[in-house]
Amino acid sequence: MQIIQPHYHAIARTAQDYERMAMSGVVAVCEPAFWAGYDRRYPETFIDYFAQISEFEPTRAAEFGIRHFCWVAVNPKEAENKELTDEVLRLMPEFFNKPNCLGVGETGLHKSTPNEIESLQAHVDMAMKHGQLVLIHTPHLADKAHGTKTVLEVLAGMDVDPNRIWIDHVEEQTIESVLDAGYWAGMTLYPVTKCSPRRAVDILEKYPTERLLVNSSADWGPSDPFTLQESIVEFRRRGHSLQEAIEIYHNNPCRFLGQNPKWDIKPIVCSES
Amino acid sequence: MLSAQETLDTYYLEARRDLLEIAAFLDRYDRAVERDGAKAGDESKRESLLEAAKLLSQPDHPQANRAEQLLVHFAKIA
Repeated sequence: MQIIQPHYHAIARTAQDYERMAMSGVVAVCEPAFWAGYDRRYPETFIDYFAQISEFEPTRAAEFGIRHFCWVAVNPKEAENKELTDEVLRLMPEFFNKPNCLGVGETGLHKSTPNEIESLQAHVDMAMKHGQLVLIHTPHLADKAHGTKTVLEVLAGMDVDPNRIWIDHVEEQTIESVLDAGYWAGMTLYPVTKCSPRRAVDILEKYPTERLLVNSSADWGPSDPFTLQESIVEFRRRGHSLQEAIEIYHNNPCRFLGQNPKWDIKPIVCSES
Repeated sequence: MLSAQETLDTYYLEARRDLLEIAAFLDRYDRAVERDGAKAGDESKRESLLEAAKLLSQPDHPQANRAEQLLVHFAKIA
């Protein structure tokens, strides 16, 4: 089965991950810009990072026959530094021209501070002006419900096309509000801290799947790129067909990301019923 | 050995995850009942888990032997 990893922080992972993903059917990964584990001090550091994920990382993925795409943004945690954020935002549009850059992400909220909210608005505004897709991070654990509500309130006050915005890391307590507002919703499958492979399949069975995306977890912390495959196995074990699995784990990412013409991987139909 | 606070801080998130899995499992069962219009013919496994949850919800276990008690409890289920 062909699989797309819609949210994958490749710079924190090994070549062995690429090799194993390729062997398990992964055909493409999408790498949002994220927090490096420490707060960066210089706008230029972000520019180098954006260059790494838009120029070098695709070559590393290609070694294993995997397509690599990226997103650029100042992540919510570092968005607390307003001066840094403003300068990175000023320099960011040049990366929209990179052949693998799909849009602005991951912006969003971490602690839902005024500076984070201002940064989220600036990122979304920039994306809309440049015709870019948007990937929005929602907070972790105890901050998630409040932060997701705040994200939706911020977006409700802006002139946006909900179909071009993906709100990520939804769980049982936040998914309904995201879907009801017309956005795409992403589940991120972590070994401990976010959604799990089984709970993701529960959500897939409970809600309409047309605007749902499923991500593994792949970063520098405790995470596992193969939670996505675990989820697929669980989905199939419950009796869902191969085509239904393809719709969710391959075709839905194609439908959302394909709104950017740089994404040229098309939805597929399998011959098996 | 870990202090009381270290124990909580080290294992809280994993315990939270495990409880969420149990909650999701019970929800999954309820949705299946609703979908099928009938409960399982034998609900003893579900009842056993709910009994186990009651045991865990008791704050004081002077012998700190909850795991042992649960194993004895689960042994009643074939």
